[in-house]
Amino acid sequence: MRKKIILGMTLMLILIIPTTSLNVMAQSALSLNAAGATFPFPLIDKWRVEYNKIHPGVTLNYQSIGSGAGIKLHTTKAVDFAASDAPLQTSEASAAPGTLHIPETIGAVTITYNIPGIAKGLKLTGPVIANIFSGNVTHWNDKMISTLNPDLTLPNQQIVVAHRSDGSGTTFVFTSYLSKVSPDWQTKVGKGKSVPWPLGVGAQGNAGVAGIVKSTSYSIGYVELAYVMQNNMTYAFVQNADGTAFVEPTLDTIAADAASAATNLPSADGDWSKISIVNEPGNNSYPISSFTYLLVYKDLSQVNGMTQDKAKAIVDFLNWAIHDGQQFSSSLLYVPLPDAVVKLDEQGISQIQYNSGSVPEFGTIAALVLAIAIISIIAVSAKTGLRLIPKY
Amino acid sequence: MGGKIVSMMRIPLKSGSRFVDKFFKIGAAMAATYVLAIILLIVVNLISGSAPVWQKEGLGFLTGSNWNSEEGRESYGAAPYILGTFVTAGIAMAIGVPISIGIAMFLSELAPKIMRTPLSLIIELLAAVPSVIYGLWGLFVFRLYLKDWVETPLHNMFGDNSVIFAGAPFGLDIFTASVVLAIMIIPTISTISREIMLAVPNSQREAAYMLGATKWEVFRLAVIPYSKSGLIGAAILGLGRAVGETMAVTMLIGNSTGAAAFPTSLFQPGQTMSSIMANEFAEASQAGLHMSALIGIGLILFVVAFGINIVAHLLVARVIKSHEGAVQA
Repeated sequence: MRKKIILGMTLMLILIIPTTSLNVMAQSALSLNAAGATFPFPLIDKWRVEYNKIHPGVTLNYQSIGSGAGIKLHTTKAVDFAASDAPLQTSEASAAPGTLHIPETIGAVTITYNIPGIAKGLKLTGPVIANIFSGNVTHWNDKMISTLNPDLTLPNQQIVVAHRSDGSGTTFVFTSYLSKVSPDWQTKVGKGKSVPWPLGVGAQGNAGVAGIVKSTSYSIGYVELAYVMQNNMTYAFVQNADGTAFVEPTLDTIAADAASAATNLPSADGDWSKISIVNEPGNNSYPISSFTYLLVYKDLSQVNGMTQDKAKAIVDFLNWAIHDGQQFSSSLLYVPLPDAVVKLDEQGISQIQYNSGSVPEFGTIAALVLAIAIISIIAVSAKTGLRLIPKY
Repeated sequence: MGGKIVSMMRIPLKSGSRFVDKFFKIGAAMAATYVLAIILLIVVNLISGSAPVWQKEGLGFLTGSNWNSEEGRESYGAAPYILGTFVTAGIAMAIGVPISIGIAMFLSELAPKIMRTPLSLIIELLAAVPSVIYGLWGLFVFRLYLKDWVETPLHNMFGDNSVIFAGAPFGLDIFTASVVLAIMIIPTISTISREIMLAVPNSQREAAYMLGATKWEVFRLAVIPYSKSGLIGAAILGLGRAVGETMAVTMLIGNSTGAAAFPTSLFQPGQTMSSIMANEFAEASQAGLHMSALIGIGLILFVVAFGINIVAHLLVARVIKSHEGAVQA
């Protein structure tokens, strides 16, 4: 019997020492866990590297698993913050009360097309794009397109429409724009990460849509700005909200759109579900633009595994990202935040707090569970005469 | 004789060996329960996860075609995807099964001895190619061949008036997905079919030859009757793979949603149950019914795949039984 007790104690020690030592290590090097949208991943990954250079003790672990999955983890409080291309819907927001929306960068969706002989700069208006994607305009030489482009000879060819098949923030931005400019689209299709497309071929990811457009003559599709730029694709100029000009999608024109939207934004803890910055006024505003958001709880203490130090590190990281972090945007083809939005973010981040609750450390719970398990093993084995080492 | 051997092999019995026996019994039982437990857990999860959508849509979930995940307009009907699954799998079977049986016939009856082993090895290798490879090959290479050499001529010949060849051929459609599916299920079906044909006792063949039968007659009179239900079983196992195939189909089928996904023409984009899950699961909102609807489609697919596999196993079990009978007779 004594042997068994000693054996049990040794086992317990062997099992407990690593868990407690892990716990100690975790405290000396903070790791922030985040997950969500794939769109801002290149930028957030750059931030991870750069921030770690300044603060070697803090490592960011960002998993780009999609906005939906990110929101799921945020709702279950499994990550320290999440990233999403679309603001929380009303139902999602009520499942995660106390969420702050921190716009962290700006992206845009470009209309890319493949008409042999026609370079970039086909002029399109929002309603015409909506008509093409809902099948009302079926040929490139349709009057609606040719009146906008009097200097081009457009072919009498059927338009091949390509769209995203996977649920995506890009689709959300694009359909938000179409819903805003075309009442017909708004009633028939609406906006969302995946919508009931009236026609067209669906492909996975920006690469999939771009692949179809590149390989198919007389096709049209929508792809996020960075992808189009990196792959030298032809894209259309889109009429601005004022109807005064056809605007080329560039970092400047997208920033102009975001800046003119900044005056109407709610505070970070407000209701963002209806917010969209598509089609904002301004002569130089490219209309199909969008924020992408970091989602973080106002009261961090409810997040699993949160500590005072960690909460401080998160606030520091967020502040760094919206200020110093913005300098890395342009080279990665993201649009830096306008000053008005940075102000808004500052206010939002200043609301974050950590009310030290009595969340027990993992180490304590683990030790308790292990101790109970081992004691019961000893008790059971003593009762039944089970042996680890057979007695000869 | 047998008794003598046993008496020579004295197993040294140690005290405590009955505990080993007990351990063995419990361990084996636990391993067996694991399978049942997993299936039970899957079913319970699928049912509880999809309950909200069944509550809202009722049987309309099976028959409806409106698929809209937008908040405030939510409506889910899986009929186009269920049909799409059956149509693609059906076409794949129509193309794949005859070719597979031909391969099996050649390998078991006709091929020279030197060719048999390498050929069967190559076919088994094909079965091990991951589906994403088939998908990428289909997307970048095969689709263009199909479009230029098969779809466009068919479309020009029959035109938009014929229902099944209507629509401008584009290469990302039900037809391409089905053909690539056929290519994917051929290794599975032909390997099993070959095994089943080889299991036909040689005495049957010899008897038929003795009566003056030609090679085809031997096959028809001696091999087919013996292996019939086994061949059906092999085909149904292939069908199981075709129904559940996700990656390659998602890349090739064109992924339309809602009523547009009804498989009316071969040259139209469609959608299957597995591809809609692959497409929309990652971004589905858990707050609304979207996630629940996708899990509901998972439940339908599970039931279909389960049914197909049960039928296949029943048929294969029958052929093995009759084969055993033949040996004893």
